[in-house]
Amino acid sequence: MYTILNRRELAMGTVVENVVAAPLIAKKAKPGQFVILRVNETGERIPLTMADTDPEKGTITLIYQVVGKSTALMKSLAVGDGFQDIAGPLGKPTHIEKVGTVVCIGGGTGVAVLHPITRAFKEAGNRVIAICGSRTKDLLILEDAMAAASHECTLCTDDGTCGFHGFGTDVLKDLMEKERIDLVVGIGPVPMMKFVCEVTRKKHIKTLVSLNAIMLDGTGMCGCCRVTVGGKTQFACVDGPEFDGHQVNFDELTQRLAAYRDQERQSMELFEHNQCACGTK
Amino acid sequence: MTDKDKKEKTPRQPMPEQPAEIRRRNFEEVPLGYPEETAVLEAGRCIQCKSPGCRQGCPVGIDIPGFINRITARDFSGGIRKLKEQNALPAVCGRVCPQESQCESQCILGKKGDPVAIGRLERFLADWERRQSTSDIPDPAPATGKKVAVVGSGPSGLTVAGDLVLKGHKVTVFEAFHKPGGVLLYGIPEFRLPKEILFYEINVLKQMGVEFVMNAVVGKLVSLPELFAQGYDAVYVAVGAGLPHFLGVPGENLIGVYSANEYLTRSNLMKAYLFPQYDTPLVMGKNVVVVGGGNVAMDSARTAMRMGAESVTIVYRRSRQEMPARAEEVHHAEEEGIEFRLLTNPVAFNGDEKGRLVSVTCVQMELGEPDASGRRSPKVIPGSEFTQPTDMAVISVGAGANPLLTSTTPELTLNRRGYIMADQETGKTYMRGVWAGGDIVTGMATVIEAMGAGKKAAKSMHDFLTLGW
Ligand SMILES: Cc1cc2nc3c(=O)[nH]c(=O)nc-3n(C[C@H](O)[C@H](O)[C@H](O)COP(=O)(O)OP(=O)(O)OC[C@H]3O[C@@H](n4cnc5c(N)ncnc54)[C@H](O)[C@@H]3O)c2cc1C
Ligand SMILES: Cc1cc2nc3c(=O)[nH]c(=O)nc-3n(C[C@H](O)[C@H](O)[C@H](O)COP(=O)(O)OP(=O)(O)OC[C@H]3O[C@@H](n4cnc5c(N)ncnc54)[C@H](O)[C@@H]3O)c2cc1C
Ligand code: SF4
Ligand code: SF4
Ligand code: FES
Repeated sequence: MYTILNRRELAMGTVVENVVAAPLIAKKAKPGQFVILRVNETGERIPLTMADTDPEKGTITLIYQVVGKSTALMKSLAVGDGFQDIAGPLGKPTHIEKVGTVVCIGGGTGVAVLHPITRAFKEAGNRVIAICGSRTKDLLILEDAMAAASHECTLCTDDGTCGFHGFGTDVLKDLMEKERIDLVVGIGPVPMMKFVCEVTRKKHIKTLVSLNAIMLDGTGMCGCCRVTVGGKTQFACVDGPEFDGHQVNFDELTQRLAAYRDQERQSMELFEHNQCACGTK
Repeated sequence: MTDKDKKEKTPRQPMPEQPAEIRRRNFEEVPLGYPEETAVLEAGRCIQCKSPGCRQGCPVGIDIPGFINRITARDFSGGIRKLKEQNALPAVCGRVCPQESQCESQCILGKKGDPVAIGRLERFLADWERRQSTSDIPDPAPATGKKVAVVGSGPSGLTVAGDLVLKGHKVTVFEAFHKPGGVLLYGIPEFRLPKEILFYEINVLKQMGVEFVMNAVVGKLVSLPELFAQGYDAVYVAVGAGLPHFLGVPGENLIGVYSANEYLTRSNLMKAYLFPQYDTPLVMGKNVVVVGGGNVAMDSARTAMRMGAESVTIVYRRSRQEMPARAEEVHHAEEEGIEFRLLTNPVAFNGDEKGRLVSVTCVQMELGEPDASGRRSPKVIPGSEFTQPTDMAVISVGAGANPLLTSTTPELTLNRRGYIMADQETGKTYMRGVWAGGDIVTGMATVIEAMGAGKKAAKSMHDFLTLGW
């Protein structure tokens, strides 16, 4: 079992952070890589990016949004509980190098995935500008950590309750007018990543995105995570998860993410029903 | 009357099976195994050849007349011991070996009539042993102090683990998935190979002292040189041929189009057939198309039928003669109501506005001249295009070498197709201290061949561990 050593809730409990004992993975993981975990014997295998690792303490940090059965079940776990299985580190690490000015733009829980990448680009000697967005103030996460990981950090909310009133892409557009940007890293909901790419495409700014395709094994064995990049089929788990955003077929990805909508709803309803029935938590 | 004539009077004994109308909707095992009397009767058909052809047909050279003789004498524990001299997983091989092209194809009785049912007898002994409350677990030799890492827990890796632990070496198996067994677990369905059998065999290995480390993706979590640095003296690589091939036709990324690996892994390993008790979902196809003609295609088609499909059609581009699947499996599939559209090849998958599969467009084929492999290569018949409604398709057209481990291990030499180059007799690779075998060396073959490669490698590894490279 992989024990949860620390736990906190973010964004009004819609997002949960777990610090988990996984010493071998912690030693090997690099920014941009993910794990696949299974909560218990009947659980599905779900991919989560490592938001942080501590090789000395032997821990990895997972930050996840509660969206369905598995993540709801994970939310119900307390410190001392654990996950039955965690495999990783999987996927290619982010290619970190000194390129000049890097803009790291994150939306929603995507900020958690973006954080270690932002820090690594800064450590590599780049000037790093972070843009973190969410719908409203209470849903912003990791504001302080992102500020520390970058040289400049702009917060923005769709409803204007915190920071810039509007989308992160508006801030990005502004920046693009004002200065030279060498690389953009955009991580968040698919529509947001697609939008970021549309903005940067006009000025041919290289843009990396991290694709959250549905996965199963995470080792290139099943092809479940296939995405179309530059007209070619790629496996997000081994060829990615990061790709050149200007080449990605986002519409196909959006459709494939909805493959199991009905079953996911059924699973969640059953879970909620059982939670009430036995009167725990 | 000669002895031989007498023996031939008993016909080959059929094995009781679940009736097709019932089994096509459940995941329980299809053939039920021989009752004791039937097994003894069938064993009595063997004429105990002095130079038995059957033995030549078995890739690991089991002493077939030897174990059959024990059945006739009702010395079942003697029989199982004889079997296990060469084959650590008889319950598995008795079920999934293509006997008709291996041991049974060489049986002398097959020249005039039906061969001895060697596979069924093998299965009988293994099942008999499992039912005894006391199974005798062999004692390992005194500890040698040497450490061996086995990468991959399919039949090849398990064979090496079993053989080397018995020689007194400390063996650790590293497996990427959360459970051991390889294709035996995630590929071959429950109704052909009940998982309980596999878990039993793996437990025996554990009791002999083999250590299993799950969720260990070698190449990512740890590299081969790091294993040596951690004190392992030798490594066996048996990671299988886990790279799904697709057709490369338009529409293949629509929802409802699966690789066989994904479809079978979801249903077998993740138990999607028990959704929502188990969390992993699966598209429930009503009209299913399975592309391909091998065992994997049969397994996918029969699984889809059990998941409640109204119709399941196998689409294969050559004719029945060229189908690589076992005759028995094709027969089972037909009995279960699976349709075959031979000499047919998909050229496009068509979807709706939500990206879900709604139909497949195929062309009809005809067979041309035999190609280099001796198989007649199919050619498209012009103007033969047709479209068939379907809401789920499984692509089962073979597998390749998964590069995850090999691409991070430049010391291993690969062939043109990405498989590891290893000595045929010993399994030695070009990397010192590393052996390889099974599907990652040969391409997808059979369970017993993967085990045979393991046997040879274990012997060579033992020599190395005791004598040197
Ligand atoms: C490489 C990668 C890294 C990820 N990192 C994070 C992260 O750090 N934090 C985070 O909150 N989320 C992350 N995700 C998404 C996360 O895996 C899903 O939100 C999670 O699987 C949902 O499971 P569920 O049962 O709670 O919800 P469900 O109700 O099952 O699904 C909700 C939605 O999540 C997606 N999803 C479902 N199953 C899977 C699966 N097996 N694999 C991928 N997506 C699936 C689907 O789009 C689905 O519609 C990542 C996904 C990938 C591929
Ligand atoms: C659906 C299906 C049906 C089949 N039916 C039959 C049949 O009826 N009869 C027959 O004889 N043969 C059959 N075969 C073929 C047979 O199963 C294979 O030839 C055999 O399993 C190969 O054994 P192996 O040990 O080489 O590899 P595998 O069984 O493929 O096992 C390899 C293992 O290595 C693990 N692995 C991979 N990469 C890594 C890594 N980097 N680190 C750690 N672990 C890793 C995998 O997860 C897997 O568990 C079938 C195959 C399939 C797919
Ligand atoms: S292992 Fe397979 S080939 Fe060998 S005797 Fe048994 S069934 Fe036949
Ligand atoms: S060839 Fe047939 S009859 Fe002869 S020993 Fe083998 S199984 Fe028996
Ligand atoms: S998740 Fe199976 S190939 Fe990527």
